[in-house]
Amino acid sequence: MKADNTKEAMTAPTKTKGAMEAKARSPRIFQHPGFGKKRANSKPKGRMLDEAALEQVRELIGDDGKTFDMTIEYLHRIQDKYGCITSVHMHALANLLRVSQAQINETASFYAHFDIVKEGQTKPASLTVRVCDSLTCQIMGAQNLKRAIKQGVDETAVRVVSAPCMGRCDKAPVVEVGHNHLVATTAENVFENIRKKAISPRVGPYQSFEEYEKDGYKILKSALNGELSAQTIIDSMSDSGLRGLGGAGFPVGRKWSFVRAEKGSRLMAVNIDEGEPGTIKDHYYLSRHPHQFLEGMLIAAFVVEATDIYIYLRDEYPDIRKILLKEIHKVQDVGLSPHTRMHLRRGAGAYICGEESAMLESIEGKRGWPRQRPPFVAQKGLWGRATLVNNAESLYWVPKILQQNKGWFSSHGANGRKGLRSFSVSGRVNLPGVHLAPAGITIRQLIDTYAGGMQKGHIFKAYLPGGASGGILPATMDEIPLDFDTLNKYGCFIGSAAVVVLSHIDSIVDVVKNLMAFFKDESCGQCTPCRVGTDKIMDLINKKEWDLKTLEEISTVMQDASICGLGQAAPNPLLCAIKYFKQDLVTKKFCSSKVN
Amino acid sequence: MSKVTFILDDKKVTADSQETLWQIAKNHGIDIPHMCWQSNPGYEAVGNCRTCMVEISGERVLAASCVRKPTENMKVYTNSLRAKRAQKTVFSLLAADQPNKDVAHDSTSKFWYWADKLKIKVDRFAKKSFAPAPDISHPAMRVNLDACINCNLCVRACRDVQVNDVIGVSGRGVNSHIAFDIDDPMGDSTCVGCGECVQACPTGALMPATQVDDLQHFLGEATKVVKSSCPFCGVGCLTNIHVKNNKILKVDGREGPANKNRMCVKGRFGMDYASHPNRLKTPLIRREDAPKKTWDMHVADGDYTRYFREATWQEAMEKAAEGFLKIKKESGCNALVGFGSAKGSNEEAYLFQKLVRTGFGTNNVDHCTRLCHASSVAALLEALSSGAVSNPFTDIKDAECAIVIGARPTWNHPVAATFIKQAAKNGTRLIVMDPRSQDLVRHAYKHLQFKAGTDVAMLKAIIKIIIDNGWVDKSFIKRRVLGYQEIVDSAKRYTVEDMARLCGISVSDLFDVAKTYACSKASIIFWGMGVSQHVHGTDNSRCLITLAMITGHIGRVGTGLHPLRGQNNVQGASDVGLIPMAYPDYARVGDPQVQEKFERAWHAKLDSKPGLTVVEVIDAILQDKVRGVYIMGENPSMSDPDTQHTRKALAKLDHLVVQEIFMTETAMFADVILPASAFPEKRGSFSNTNRQVQMVRPALQMPGKARQDLDIIMDMANRLGLSWDYKGAKDVFKEMTEVMPSIAGMTWERLDAEDSITYPCLTADDPGQPVIFRNTFPTKDGKAKLVATDLIAPAEIPDKEYPFVLTTGRLLEHWHTGAMTRRATVLDHIEPEAFVHIHPRSMVDLQLKTGGYANIYTRRGDLRLKVRMDREVPMGMAFIPFCFAEAPANMLTNPKLDPFGKIPEFKFCAARIEPLTANHYQ
Repeated sequence: MKADNTKEAMTAPTKTKGAMEAKARSPRIFQHPGFGKKRANSKPKGRMLDEAALEQVRELIGDDGKTFDMTIEYLHRIQDKYGCITSVHMHALANLLRVSQAQINETASFYAHFDIVKEGQTKPASLTVRVCDSLTCQIMGAQNLKRAIKQGVDETAVRVVSAPCMGRCDKAPVVEVGHNHLVATTAENVFENIRKKAISPRVGPYQSFEEYEKDGYKILKSALNGELSAQTIIDSMSDSGLRGLGGAGFPVGRKWSFVRAEKGSRLMAVNIDEGEPGTIKDHYYLSRHPHQFLEGMLIAAFVVEATDIYIYLRDEYPDIRKILLKEIHKVQDVGLSPHTRMHLRRGAGAYICGEESAMLESIEGKRGWPRQRPPFVAQKGLWGRATLVNNAESLYWVPKILQQNKGWFSSHGANGRKGLRSFSVSGRVNLPGVHLAPAGITIRQLIDTYAGGMQKGHIFKAYLPGGASGGILPATMDEIPLDFDTLNKYGCFIGSAAVVVLSHIDSIVDVVKNLMAFFKDESCGQCTPCRVGTDKIMDLINKKEWDLKTLEEISTVMQDASICGLGQAAPNPLLCAIKYFKQDLVTKKFCSSKVN
Repeated sequence: MSKVTFILDDKKVTADSQETLWQIAKNHGIDIPHMCWQSNPGYEAVGNCRTCMVEISGERVLAASCVRKPTENMKVYTNSLRAKRAQKTVFSLLAADQPNKDVAHDSTSKFWYWADKLKIKVDRFAKKSFAPAPDISHPAMRVNLDACINCNLCVRACRDVQVNDVIGVSGRGVNSHIAFDIDDPMGDSTCVGCGECVQACPTGALMPATQVDDLQHFLGEATKVVKSSCPFCGVGCLTNIHVKNNKILKVDGREGPANKNRMCVKGRFGMDYASHPNRLKTPLIRREDAPKKTWDMHVADGDYTRYFREATWQEAMEKAAEGFLKIKKESGCNALVGFGSAKGSNEEAYLFQKLVRTGFGTNNVDHCTRLCHASSVAALLEALSSGAVSNPFTDIKDAECAIVIGARPTWNHPVAATFIKQAAKNGTRLIVMDPRSQDLVRHAYKHLQFKAGTDVAMLKAIIKIIIDNGWVDKSFIKRRVLGYQEIVDSAKRYTVEDMARLCGISVSDLFDVAKTYACSKASIIFWGMGVSQHVHGTDNSRCLITLAMITGHIGRVGTGLHPLRGQNNVQGASDVGLIPMAYPDYARVGDPQVQEKFERAWHAKLDSKPGLTVVEVIDAILQDKVRGVYIMGENPSMSDPDTQHTRKALAKLDHLVVQEIFMTETAMFADVILPASAFPEKRGSFSNTNRQVQMVRPALQMPGKARQDLDIIMDMANRLGLSWDYKGAKDVFKEMTEVMPSIAGMTWERLDAEDSITYPCLTADDPGQPVIFRNTFPTKDGKAKLVATDLIAPAEIPDKEYPFVLTTGRLLEHWHTGAMTRRATVLDHIEPEAFVHIHPRSMVDLQLKTGGYANIYTRRGDLRLKVRMDREVPMGMAFIPFCFAEAPANMLTNPKLDPFGKIPEFKFCAARIEPLTANHYQ
């Protein structure tokens, strides 16, 4: 950032004026004991509070509790209203929240969706167009699309930027105009929407409360009226074998019983920061069946006796926000949440906030910096209280599992594995989308049985079994059951089951560069291995020749010593490329065949 | 704390379960590399740098030993291949983006220590494409973020330790960097220059400006480090002074009980005043042909040859002593006065008052305590027979509620303020009562911004609410308090509503505050000059004492009464008897038994009448009652109210001897000037606001022919006919411990070894008593005596002609009259000029422009000042710092005294403000 220009402007005339005055009063009569080199500042230290800005921000945040944890929400309101966040508005917000400017800046500068504009800087254009540059969109032509859009718009009125995965990879490439997500779009379609000022989120048809209530909310009701005990629910969940579907795969029933066993009042947080490139399942379910999710969530809150539920929704899903805002009210109004309070919180563009402890930090209004473990969030979560954190899809399955016969969920499965998985399939297949399939299915079965086979003219070459961080496997390794634990020995994991299918026209080197650039962008910067490691890896793989030894050394320290899963998993695609696609690297002369 | 047994590098160890693996390893002689962690108090381990990784058996990833704690049977390897490899690679990654060691900002930094120790190759990876430019915007510090490793120690320093919240992390990922406010240059930010970040930084990214050259390269290490303390406020921070070639390179905080390594901008960056070129280096005698005695605004600092000529010590001392002897002979002992200093050591103050009492033969000895807490002390002595603080300020951490009234500790006691802010962050309900707003308000539970001068009304309302609601501690009152009934009776004569209307605070706020204070488990009160410097200053303090007594919030940890002392040894100077009404240890002048004791101890006849106070002396001079004054390190020409009046008196003196380090506004009136020692040249003990007696050691040699104050006082005494033979401060201290029971348990050797001892310290094995009044008060019957108060308006109420309230005080950067701080490079750089603070809306009303000038008039004079926009000053009020010689605020202040404490009303007078337009200059 540049020096504070306004300050220059403010002090410069003062200086001249002071000098003039001194001259006018000449001879300058008093030599004070100081060295007298400087003139006094005409205001106290730092930025002067701007009364107008104070009023503007006061109006925006209203009479809300004015607590620091609402910072991100307040920043959104400022950004939404003014198209940016000026430093005077940040100062005003700090004043109203009774925190320092630095604290507001820490939060505001962390999230991609906030545009900080300092004194003397120009505001960004009033409309922002975000072109997804994540892997699936990239192989579907996002780069050319972005170029075309940039050429076709007036950049003083429209700002065109790249943005990470928007969770609609089955219909790539994706472009967000304002808050309107256009899928499988063309430049013309984007221009059309800009012309029509279609910049609001569009909500598709979804199962209404009334429709869902015909069969739904029964479990919740019987829990609330005492027919179903928390322990019974936990037992059923444990029996089902459901594991956390955000990616870590921790058994849901066990987590609930841990949190329930914690002393003191407890909280719950729901992770809908579905940011793993390629993952679209949470969006898929929430945009169709929000009440099944809400019931699961309220059951979980009942089980762990959470006084409050914080639903953390990524900012890339404004359509889901619309749905949830409306339906949460509905649920409250009909009295289905007497046991807890629901708070819908909005992310602001940060992949790391999908990491559960980073998400809690973000809910507290801070930068999304993952916490050190132990203590685990189940013991010390939000504001130091025991907190249950579940992924949206995990909760989505709860009513279903509790409704069905015992053993329903685990009766599914393939290749010796149990349960169901919602695979987010994208890339070079005929039917990309969310495919509910038995856990343990192989990539072959998934492509052929569910995803309609490879696209015409594309030969299956490689696949990402678990989004950007789950590694890359060659088509030759197509017999591995896709499930938790089964991929670990190959340096991969299934994570959120975001499967990206690549074909012979996709360059592995480009894929790795895309993924590593993503991690570099999204590294929170807290710990050295990830902050510096992602940067140095980018340097090294942008070179003509890859220094494999050094790349592996950095990868190892990232895996061993990063604070959170982001840094620990970030080298996976690189290491897979070195391990399974050496021939590609050699052919393209990125390394010699002799290097090990 | 429970113990755990686990395996550390194949050895079985048992340790505290709350200790970190790093600490346990250290205890077993294993030094694990580390960067983002330091053991100093207040720094939480965050584990972000990842240089201290260790391997734990059975865990998928390595663990940061600085945050990880052991569990039973855990197997930890600090030296496994994997752990070592991680430690080294992390260092290599960090080293890649650093400037090389030969051009490092600080090649002696912790970073280079470890990089060398681990034999890190610095060029294994390409440097970051973008290296941040140096930020040289702050006069005291240099910011070179190319050396920053994002360890965030500076953030914790600024946020957790000093609670200034200026530094944060901005941006994300590889672009994340430390930033001031909203990524502003340090010098343009709200940074208060405490330098805690500089002290914490392990890489040299943050350095004192004095430690690097223009290319931001390190200038070399100190040749000696002297354990000392700080010359400024009453907090009493212990310091390490780094010296090379008789120059101070830098000052660091040391772990003293009052500062826990912390410092503020004055103590850390303001010590170079001692090396100012205009230090007095030779004795001076007023020229025969000098113009008449006056404060000459035209005299440049250092160019005083029109008035004074240089002299030998022999000649100057002879002239000085002869002058006093002559007056004593002609007009008697009481025509002589001595003003000692609250900035000298205990030993100097003790000898000075002994000189005045036995050499001059009068009790006319006082110092600037009169202008600070005289009314507080008067009220405390009346009620409790003790003027000392009941608890150290650090006790606030154990308080549930704390009141800060009439004090602005973030400016005047910055390090004490850090403890206050920390406590507030940890849940102590902080209540700020002040007509002006301040930094503390952000941390406060409530700010009662009452109308200036209505303190008593507000406090009486709170007292009445407490009584009416039965929130009093009946058992405490019964056991330990007298006069409660008078307070109850007095409370019947007024209503809360009336008092609320007077002070401008709503009844509900008063109620909330009363309840919060009275009903907490432990409540403590801090106050400053805003309480004491009023004609009703004693009443203000009486109300505060009443509050503590009726609620029983005294005599326990986390409770009590703490008047924050303003000068580094104002507590000690008063303790050793540098006041006209008391001998050492507050033994009353006029009590025959006491007099006899001191006559015996000092082998001299003593005057039985209390002497004159500071402001009374000025009047006595003008009434020809006082003719000769000996001033050591005091500046009444700036510090006393109604300066013109004071200066008239100083000019009228037949004989004025000033012992000083600079040509102050007072020294200009002297007949003889004796060049003395500055703080960093002294050896002696100093007592802080917490009653902690602390050892100060010399770091610098004196300039020119300057002499130690102690030597000058002894020389003077001997010329006055006393035959003193102290072999330095140590001998004086020994005598003090003999006549002062409160420090009887101390010896010079013990103080030298322990650095800081709290009094009362009665015996050699007494560790010192931080909390007093535990079971009884030192009154005759052991009970506190309460005094009901009346409502007294300020002496001068704003009217049509003078519609503004004028208040005065200090600035963060300038301490007292500015004699020292304005000659400190950094402090002068930050606050170089005089100005008046006015609320932006008042500025509009008065048609004042930002950066423009105004004339301020009161009934005593007028000043021309630059205007500073300041929303912390309420509308209708003007605040002028009294440190600026070119525009002395005390030209304007009202000399009206509080009848008990004899303290002038610096905090309130009526003023008129007019804009100065360009035309006025022509």
